[in-house]
Amino acid sequence: MDSFIVISLIKVAVLFAVLLTTLAYLQWVERKVIAHIQVRPGPYRVGPHGLLQPLADVIKLITKEDLMPSYVNRTLYLAAPFIAITMALLSICVIPFGPTIEVAGVRTWMQMTDLNIGVLFVLAVSSMGVYGIALAGWASNNKYSLLGGLRSSAQMISYELPLSLAIASPLLLANSLSLREVVGKQAGGVWTWNVLHGPFPQIFAFLIFLIAAFAETNRVPFDLPEAENELVAGFHTEYSSMKFASFFMAEYANMITVSCMATVLFLGGWTPPWPAEYGSRFVPTAIFALAGLVALYHGVNYARRRDKYSLPVFGVIFLAIAALFLLPMVQGWLLPLFWFFAKAGAILFAFIWVRGTLPRFRYDQLMGFTWKFLFPAAMLNLLVTGFLVAWFS
Amino acid sequence: MSESGVPGITVLETGQTETGARRMLLNMGPQHPSTHGVLRLAVELDGEIVTKCVPDIGYLHTGIEKEFEVKTYQQAVTLTDRVDYLAPLSNNLGYCLAVEKLLGLEIPPQAQWMRVMLTELTRLNSHLVWLGTHAMDIGAMTVFLYCFREREEILKIFEMFSGQRMMTSYFRIGGLALEPPRGWHQRIKTFIDSFPSKVDEYEDLLTTNRIWIGRTKGVGRMTLEDMLDLGVTGPMLRAAGLKIDARRDDPYTSYEKFDFEIPIRTESDVYARYQVRVEEMRQSARIVRQALDGEKMKTQMEALIYHFKIVTEGFRVPEGEVYQVIESPRGELGFYVVSDGTTSPYRVHMRTPSFGNLQATPRMVEGTLIADTIASIGSMDFVLGDTDR
Repeated sequence: MDSFIVISLIKVAVLFAVLLTTLAYLQWVERKVIAHIQVRPGPYRVGPHGLLQPLADVIKLITKEDLMPSYVNRTLYLAAPFIAITMALLSICVIPFGPTIEVAGVRTWMQMTDLNIGVLFVLAVSSMGVYGIALAGWASNNKYSLLGGLRSSAQMISYELPLSLAIASPLLLANSLSLREVVGKQAGGVWTWNVLHGPFPQIFAFLIFLIAAFAETNRVPFDLPEAENELVAGFHTEYSSMKFASFFMAEYANMITVSCMATVLFLGGWTPPWPAEYGSRFVPTAIFALAGLVALYHGVNYARRRDKYSLPVFGVIFLAIAALFLLPMVQGWLLPLFWFFAKAGAILFAFIWVRGTLPRFRYDQLMGFTWKFLFPAAMLNLLVTGFLVAWFS
Repeated sequence: MSESGVPGITVLETGQTETGARRMLLNMGPQHPSTHGVLRLAVELDGEIVTKCVPDIGYLHTGIEKEFEVKTYQQAVTLTDRVDYLAPLSNNLGYCLAVEKLLGLEIPPQAQWMRVMLTELTRLNSHLVWLGTHAMDIGAMTVFLYCFREREEILKIFEMFSGQRMMTSYFRIGGLALEPPRGWHQRIKTFIDSFPSKVDEYEDLLTTNRIWIGRTKGVGRMTLEDMLDLGVTGPMLRAAGLKIDARRDDPYTSYEKFDFEIPIRTESDVYARYQVRVEEMRQSARIVRQALDGEKMKTQMEALIYHFKIVTEGFRVPEGEVYQVIESPRGELGFYVVSDGTTSPYRVHMRTPSFGNLQATPRMVEGTLIADTIASIGSMDFVLGDTDR
């Protein structure tokens, strides 16, 4: 019993540290990717290639004056960011990142806890997150916030339906609500992943899930609650300092959660796309080695003066990581983690990519899209899957 | 809610809907990301639907028209830059043409071609800012930065010519302010050669984009009659199907020697205005290329300022009054100049396109959604400096 508590506490600490760092650096990645889509360098001043920018942002947000407008509903106004951030961070604890590992003689799963209703837990918690936004909009005593909050509640409730229906079909295939078992059923290469797995490939469910996830996390093209050009900043117009940062972090935490969910439910979680015997264990080495060589090349033929020093260092680090992946003693836990983060990262990249490309929907179009197209499509997909699963089992 | 305590905005009566719910009065601007400067819209909302909209202007009033009266004719050129700060050279041109008409001056053909070329670059500059901000209003943020990439090059060209990026004051009564700099021909040629492919890039992102079409097609509709009644001009009118363009109808500065199309559409919605302006960019690029290739441009440029004495010493303008119209990027820009025979104008009045276009706001947005209001405002392409003067 004691060891359970100790292990859990260690896991919480590790997960919390990793999640918050990822949150901060996801923002750096987003700014860099968007910048390169938009032909500009992005953050470049704070640290090499702006790598310390997240740190600077955190310091700035903490030290900002914390304003509270008059005539707000104080209790709800203060509770809203807490609800948003808590609910956003909570759902990560049922996500399995990898198989069992053995540390100092103790075997444990790379997962906070395996609820037998993991999927339902994630859905429930993410629905609770709407309260944060709706209450923020209502309590701020600002018309823009109110409109943003109303839009957001309507949007998130509407998109929750296709989201849940899209999740239901891979669950039918797995016949379990535990996320760990869902991944277990998909082990064995890309053809057994739910997105391509028979009897009915869940590619449609995957796309519906992604679209609904964009709406759930208020990202472009569904970012109406905070549509800057209409509603100034939407529900968080009146929030400053860390209260604003809480909403900001909640959005990014939600992005990470849905990407992890998509990875676990559709893309086979931590399992490699083809078995390790056929060389999939060398893929990370190859990727990092290539990245290292590219960095070294650009370090030699530098475009900006600072790159002369920073890029060779990055290149050496990448090559070291590439070598690390070849060590048999760490391969056991490093490879699953690599595959998990590669898949989730690809989905996160899609989030950012879309933001750099698409305009924004209008409110009625958004609602029409989910009720007239997405919801029926998800329903149909679930029906077909259900029939086929019953037929073949 | 019916009286706001702000003078001038007591017009809105907060009505009740049929169900008895109250309507909401929303104050958009003067500090709002999408009112393009300092426009203020008092908007009455029923849910997300705009039931009433009252534009409130005057936050950028500078008294420029009055200030004309205490400057000499030549000094006053610098004031015109600051009216429509996105199209400074168009304003320079309108004012200079008006005064030249009073003086009965004929300016050298080389200078005229130069003026055409730079004015068309100004049109590109203005349309690029419009496209960027309009697309950003609808949520496509990348287009904004693409447009500003090209605009930066145009501003560099302006700086090369006049030493200033925005407040150029490069046209003077009688010609140009300075001899063109060395290497200008190559610089503009490089830019204009690559420009059409850049326009293709913007169109790739928007023209066939389902979301963009959904947001703009059928939005901000207005009949041609309504527009004519309200004094709307320029691309908005051409998007409603009227082929009107001062460059063609009432040529000035030898525009009649250039070959260009006047794009028109008949849908009169935000999408049609977008198409018209994008096509105008291509046509402007065509005009700039013709001006570059023109034989006259290859000769020496010394003749550009043979009204040197006029430029430096100042001059008296004969008594009289004159009205000169040009086609600015936003529409019909008119300068009404009255002279009492002294060295400074007695009165200058400007008929600015932004003011006329802005009047269409209430009729265009009432009954639509807030998001459509933003799209419609963006499609008008007004500059508040131009509206308030």
